[in-house]
Amino acid sequence: MVADGGMPPDHGPRFAERAPDALNNPQLRRNFRRAMDGLMAKRAAQFPDPAYWAELRERGAAVKARALSRLPDLLERLESRLTANGVQVHWAETTEEANAIVLGILQQAGARTVIKGKSMVSEEMHLNAHLERHGIEAVESDLGEYIIQLAGETPSHIVMPCIHKNKDEISDLFAEKIPGLERTGDVDELTAAARRVLRERFANADAGISGVNFAVAETGTLVLIENEGNGRLSTTLPPLHIAVTGIEKVVETLDDIPPLLALLPRSATGQPITTYVNMISSPRKAGEKDGPTAVHLVLLDGGRSRVYQDVELADTLRCIRCAACMNHCPVYTRVGGHTYNAIYPGPIGKILTPQLQGLDAAGDQPHASTLCNACAEVCPVKIPIPDLLVRLRREAVRPTETPATHLPVVKDGGAERSWTESLVWAGWRLVYTRPLLYRMVTRALAWGGNWVPANAPLMRDWTKARAKPRFKPRTLHDLARERGYLNEVPK
Amino acid sequence: MTITNLAATNTAAAATPAARPDTVYFFGTCLVDMLYPEAGLAGMDLLRHAGVRVVFPEGQSCCGQPARNSGYVEEAREVARAQLDAFPGDIPIVVPSGSCAGMMKTHYAHLFEGDPDQPRAIAFAARIHELTAFLVNVLGVTLADKGAPVTVTWHPSCHSLREMGVGDEPKALLRQLANVTLVENSRERECCGFGGTFAVRQTAVSTAMVSDKLASVRETGAGTLLSGDCGCLMNIGGHAEKVADGTRCRHIAEFLMERCHGG
Repeated sequence: MVADGGMPPDHGPRFAERAPDALNNPQLRRNFRRAMDGLMAKRAAQFPDPAYWAELRERGAAVKARALSRLPDLLERLESRLTANGVQVHWAETTEEANAIVLGILQQAGARTVIKGKSMVSEEMHLNAHLERHGIEAVESDLGEYIIQLAGETPSHIVMPCIHKNKDEISDLFAEKIPGLERTGDVDELTAAARRVLRERFANADAGISGVNFAVAETGTLVLIENEGNGRLSTTLPPLHIAVTGIEKVVETLDDIPPLLALLPRSATGQPITTYVNMISSPRKAGEKDGPTAVHLVLLDGGRSRVYQDVELADTLRCIRCAACMNHCPVYTRVGGHTYNAIYPGPIGKILTPQLQGLDAAGDQPHASTLCNACAEVCPVKIPIPDLLVRLRREAVRPTETPATHLPVVKDGGAERSWTESLVWAGWRLVYTRPLLYRMVTRALAWGGNWVPANAPLMRDWTKARAKPRFKPRTLHDLARERGYLNEVPK
Repeated sequence: MTITNLAATNTAAAATPAARPDTVYFFGTCLVDMLYPEAGLAGMDLLRHAGVRVVFPEGQSCCGQPARNSGYVEEAREVARAQLDAFPGDIPIVVPSGSCAGMMKTHYAHLFEGDPDQPRAIAFAARIHELTAFLVNVLGVTLADKGAPVTVTWHPSCHSLREMGVGDEPKALLRQLANVTLVENSRERECCGFGGTFAVRQTAVSTAMVSDKLASVRETGAGTLLSGDCGCLMNIGGHAEKVADGTRCRHIAEFLMERCHGG
């Protein structure tokens, strides 16, 4: 069984314990640094004019905020529009329900093989494993997803899932896993080898499964963007297409799409537009020569409606999954996606994972940040990620004696609270709100602070890589008085 | 006087003379108070040399950022309230730290949401200025270099850049110094890995970040790293000292005072 939000309840080692593995892997660090540097440069080249960028992201944020403000209504309109178009709509409260729905549709159609376009929601569901347990083979068709599926790994990035591997590692993997392929370092040959395997899969698959970038309520249109054509093949060649998506992907009108399309590929990969923009509004109609005869949409809640309940945290749901936040994150760049041990890594994951899985499982994630604001600076829909990280840090240490009738705002609120830490901050407050006491304490530290041993709590961690900070014999309070600076503005 | 008011002669970066205050508050920050008092004093001296009367209220302590960033918002708010009380006059509050200034300028309104003191907090936030930006944009100072030739590189703190919107101002001050060569390090805008409690909660990642930062400083060949934030300086300088790198890490205020006014 998989817990809501896509993670097993046993969450394993925490971020700080997992990080050294990645940090001590020079190949991995080079792979991420090079890739992220490239992505940052490409994105910057797409937004040379700060005024244009500011205006565009304002529009993008407004579109998503407006859609979220009327989410229940838009979802109902989306359902009725899609139904009228001939698309069957299913609602799943949990990932387990979503898996059961997808499996049911496939079993009813007698499908044994599935070709998949890239979908982070299906990763959240652990859909491939679920289908495999029921005798259905699902093959990933996005090149990056295909590579990590061959390797038996999970995505390390939400847009470029195998960004942690370099060409040599992929050469080795292909030579080992693709029958009849000699080891080659030639990228074109590697791509051609994957294409040969996948073309056959496209032609013979009983069903295609894809994600959705935007679902338009007004027209009942599923927008899916991609670069490899695999999304189009997965959604048009097999007789059955199942799209899975989170409820937050709905927007109101077709006019809402252009600003989002102008932001997403540029922010993600530095492309002005993706090679393919698929807009799916119905199954094959009478007289049409191609397209699936049946199309289904599975709308997953998976904890999102709880996020939606809080006016501040609901901003998380604006995310259009461009990954600019992780591309620009100095922490992500150094440890890569797997260190987060979550479906969504990087800054967006640090606010999303604790909300979907709860603070017991992921309460440490919001602390894996220096609050440097690099993510907020590039977010195309203006999600205040650093503020939400702080908010979640607060929820994690909030006193738990909430009335039984009130659920904590975030699942497992208070999970990180400790008496020691609470006492430290209570003491800090006592000292820092009383000027005389503050001056006594700072003078005491000026006198004896440097005697604190390097192996004292906290100092021990600080001095692993840094010299001990040195308290000065006179505080600024002392020096200011001595130099004759006034204590108050003269009347 | 080597620092004079430029407002009359140079209107390019300077504010109008009317906007130039004759008295300002100085918020030293708790880190400066205990660990880098000479940087704070230099900041006050720079302002005094620019012809401004500086008031240092004894009731000040900390902006509240350490508690807020740790999730202890109520504790942060009470300490913040003590600062509202300590700086009652309606005059600018100058801060020798982009990070503490950013906390007060950009987070106080939210911190006091639903609190009767919120209007006071908003008015207080509007009075906050980062030191280098204040020297350049409000006072329009000119500096005359009396020091020996030296090469330096600059580290902007994340919050000075991305909360306070401080851009070229500190570099503009350094470029005024005839004998100072300013070279840029390759990842100037990237975080040094301090992040307050991050440095002790995520020791390994923080170490990787500060070590990369120091490496990019070393690549420049400059023997001195300047910054406007003592948190970054404690981190980068502390790492330099630990690995016996030899790079000197200093607060820009101290550097400017020493070169232009002999400390």
